[in-house]
Amino acid sequence: MAEPWEEEGPGTVKKFMYVNRKAPYGTIYALESLEVVLIAAAFEQDVSLAFLDDGVYELKKGQDTAGIGMKNFSPTYRALEGYDIEKLYVEAESLAERGLTEADLLVPVEVMSREALAKMMDEQDVILSF
Amino acid sequence: MKFGILINEGPYQHQASDSAYLFTKAAIEKGHEIFRVFFYNDGVNNGTRLAVPPQDDRNITVRWSELAQQHNIDMVICIAAAQRRGLLDEGEAKRQGKDANNIAPGFRISGLGQLIEAGIQCDRLVVFGD
Repeated sequence: MAEPWEEEGPGTVKKFMYVNRKAPYGTIYALESLEVVLIAAAFEQDVSLAFLDDGVYELKKGQDTAGIGMKNFSPTYRALEGYDIEKLYVEAESLAERGLTEADLLVPVEVMSREALAKMMDEQDVILSF
Repeated sequence: MKFGILINEGPYQHQASDSAYLFTKAAIEKGHEIFRVFFYNDGVNNGTRLAVPPQDDRNITVRWSELAQQHNIDMVICIAAAQRRGLLDEGEAKRQGKDANNIAPGFRISGLGQLIEAGIQCDRLVVFGD
């Protein structure tokens, strides 16, 4: 019997999950992860984004980067919908640990437990972790 | 199995590139196929031929170049990440009006689409990062 990965033809749609774990500034991971996501949108795959650990800060409302001389790229998350990227998952525990709630976030998301997110990850074909 | 490899950290500073190298080598020795090695974030710095590590240390870039040559591996450096960090091939140096290039043998510079393609084409995309 063929393995699951042997059954995929050229028109395959795979489940891609981008896992965002880092604060938006301080390191370049959040910005360069977003750049991958925007390119990936052109490939018509089943794309989702997960935000956990300090990665939940990437979606925080009211980011003001004037004092650190960096570009505030958070409005780009609002543009994701226009790229048909609508599955944004945020880990509930990461939010709670940082005193944040869904109302603090700048885009509509699905908040889910660590356990539920782990299950979601298990269902992915490709996970890119930044 | 067909593997894609993503390396997100620079040489020497971080073990990611070493681990990726050892994984890639072991996979080949076990008869697996390496579809592509993609360098992103500071990982692009693995591709500079101008680094001069101490003689009693491993030369990470030369090691990659030799492995690629021996096994005909496609090693791709992300152009957007490379431009930020000063990694240039001859064509890019000319296009950007720079007076030198620094890409090592066996590496080529291309777009993020090559990473997504690896995710689609490979049975597994293995990420080496922080």
